[in-house]
Amino acid sequence: MHVFTDPKNFDAYLSGFLWILKLTGASAVCALVLGVLLAAMRVSPVPVLRGFGAAWVNIFRNTPLTLVIFFCYFGLFVTLGLTLSDDLFRNIYWLGVVGLSTYTAAFVCEAVRSGINTVPTGQAEAARAIGLSFAQTLRIVVLPQAARAVIAPFGSILIALCKNATIVGTIGLAESSTIMKDLINFNGDAVIPIFLVFAGTFAAVLIPTGYFFGWLANRLAVKR
Amino acid sequence: MSTSSVLYDHPGPRAKVRNAVLSVIFGVALLGLVYWIYTKFDQANQLEAWLWKPFAEPKTWTQFILPGLWATLKAAGVGMMLSLAFGIIFAVGRLSEHWWISVPAGAVVEFFRAVPLLLMIFFVFYGLPFLIQGPVPAFWAVVIGLTLYNGSVLAEAFRAGIRAVPGGQSEAAYAIGMRKSQVMGIVLIPQAARAMLPIIVSQLVVLLKDTALGYIVAYPELLARGVNDLSANYGNIIAAAIVMAVIYIIINSLLTAFAGWLDRRSARRAFRIPKQAGPVVMDSTAGTAGA
Amino acid sequence: MRMKRMAAVAAVAGLAVAMAACGGDSDEGGSGTGATGIVGKAESQKKLVIGVKADQPGLGLQTGSKYEGFDIEIGKIIAKGLGVDEGNIEWKTTVSANREPFIEQGTVDLVVATYTINDERKQKVNFAGPYFVAGQDLLVKADSTLTGPDQLAGKTVCSVSGSTPAKRIQENYPDAKLQQFDAYSKCLPLLEGGQVDAVTTDDIILAGYAAQSQYAGKFKVVGSTFSDEPYGIGLKKNDTTGCEKVNEILKAAAGDGSYKAAWDNTLGASGTPAPELDTTKLTHCGAA
Repeated sequence: MHVFTDPKNFDAYLSGFLWILKLTGASAVCALVLGVLLAAMRVSPVPVLRGFGAAWVNIFRNTPLTLVIFFCYFGLFVTLGLTLSDDLFRNIYWLGVVGLSTYTAAFVCEAVRSGINTVPTGQAEAARAIGLSFAQTLRIVVLPQAARAVIAPFGSILIALCKNATIVGTIGLAESSTIMKDLINFNGDAVIPIFLVFAGTFAAVLIPTGYFFGWLANRLAVKR
Repeated sequence: MSTSSVLYDHPGPRAKVRNAVLSVIFGVALLGLVYWIYTKFDQANQLEAWLWKPFAEPKTWTQFILPGLWATLKAAGVGMMLSLAFGIIFAVGRLSEHWWISVPAGAVVEFFRAVPLLLMIFFVFYGLPFLIQGPVPAFWAVVIGLTLYNGSVLAEAFRAGIRAVPGGQSEAAYAIGMRKSQVMGIVLIPQAARAMLPIIVSQLVVLLKDTALGYIVAYPELLARGVNDLSANYGNIIAAAIVMAVIYIIINSLLTAFAGWLDRRSARRAFRIPKQAGPVVMDSTAGTAGA
Repeated sequence: MRMKRMAAVAAVAGLAVAMAACGGDSDEGGSGTGATGIVGKAESQKKLVIGVKADQPGLGLQTGSKYEGFDIEIGKIIAKGLGVDEGNIEWKTTVSANREPFIEQGTVDLVVATYTINDERKQKVNFAGPYFVAGQDLLVKADSTLTGPDQLAGKTVCSVSGSTPAKRIQENYPDAKLQQFDAYSKCLPLLEGGQVDAVTTDDIILAGYAAQSQYAGKFKVVGSTFSDEPYGIGLKKNDTTGCEKVNEILKAAAGDGSYKAAWDNTLGASGTPAPELDTTKLTHCGAA
């Protein structure tokens, strides 16, 4: 454990996980909003919107995240000139958030769409019968019920998102996996303790998260 | 299948007009965005012929892309086989009546589901050699990493599937004198696998995409060969990445389409898992959003 | 860290002097029958696995199924000296971060991959050579006014993560902003697009990129190196015999013109004349 008693290494360890937390937090919010929007598009009566939602899901679910992140950097930033911050690392961070969000939104969209599928037909029919519009039906009747059915999938998606945040390291953010790589390069004698500390930190945060979502889903399950 | 019809009435004349107008507005906005991206790429000289010309040459394909694709498919294929085996073994292990089997099996599955694949591959490649006192080829670092992670996810899928098989099935099997292993192997697992097919396939797509992380240990897969090495020769990194993305999308779409066909084919015989089987039954389409 | 690196340079220099002084004819390493290490493997199997770079034009570039570049030519010279045919060399792609593990684990027998000899690495592997002395430099746009690393404060520099040049920028020029990727080829579009002000690594690698046809005339190498990067040939730490043998082969190659030919056929194309291989500076192969 001598590696982590060196304050410099310990700070690096902390800063790596801080980036992961920040990436996960910001991306989770963006992906949720974007994903619900996409799901609404996919079930909407407007064909172009449906097609757009479907295309989004098929493209991003079938492309490796590494490439999505790569395109955010080399496509959005380098080619299209989209600068999200003047600070080098904040810019990489936000580009990473854009990449993680667009990718994760595809999975959120599909989770929400299948959540909508669990709402009995009669509910939507009743809503329409009392004169609610498509948007109202979705917002007031269907989504609140679907929300309960998507809690468990959302848990899996959030956990995956947190782990996927390590991929932002490929465009130069010093997040956990990059820090671990550097520490191993400098401390070849302590490879296993270093791995256990990093993997253990992820496990310590994510396993309880998984159980929490499982518990929540059970508690809030719509009894029919 | 379509839920759309449930959420809104069959469009009348006014709704049709409104939908058409919305379609046009959104369509135009989308085309505008595409055109803007096109001009920006043009301004950045990303559309010059020499960037794209290498892809018209057979050499590019035979020497970079196809070998890379082969390496990707090889790692994915072996990874898929091992993940499925790992998934079944640990699902059964976790359902065991003996706590000394179910608890460790559960711990292994939970641990590997929670650790990023990037860390896993990295550890297998750099750390494992110290433990086994021998080299770990990049191929196996990738495959082992993929197996541990995706196998754990599949184990949970199988477990949910096995638990969702109607209780009468195993009761009937025991009644005709089958042993526990027979009930599991002949009755429960085949049904669970068929019912969970969509989840299993979406996880296999995740696995295929995750081979892209092999670059970290210099495994010569599609991204390493098709983006890094190819662009070192031709200096066309963005063009190369676009072509590789298209290849990934085609392969994964084929895999998904194949699964859909398989699903429809077996739909008549398989039991359907009830929608409310419980939160452990993840919805197929959600997948795990692997890298 | 800085002190450690200075100590490393001093140590290399010291070793070189010692080497020159004693003539370097210590061959009690147990060669001959039953030899282990690369000499033994070359004798018994007539095969070698050599780790090289795959994405560095002029040095080690994988062009389809073949590899080409100066490092590759050096690898061929060494294999020939060990009695291994060119056709029996298996080239293996290495990246900066996996060269030591590849050697330690026996994935490769030798590494000839722009591999700087330094103290940290010497704790893990043995070095023959150097066969070339590069220096860290900056690649900038042709119209840039940057003239050296001292002007990097506030500027953005691109390099490869885990590489010596990246670490040197972090430690010695902390005011520079460092963008890191897994391959230099990713830095070049950024330099072209103006998102980074300079790409930094060894001058010889930069020259290789600058000479590529698609970037012709767009970039220039600043030309004020700020480090010495003696490129060594990495072997297993305990393979002293192999290391000494490789040094002998290099010495012979400097004499018979094959070293110069290796340069002329690869990096020489950029117009830089072949350097002299200074055989007095060859390492002492870890033998104190």
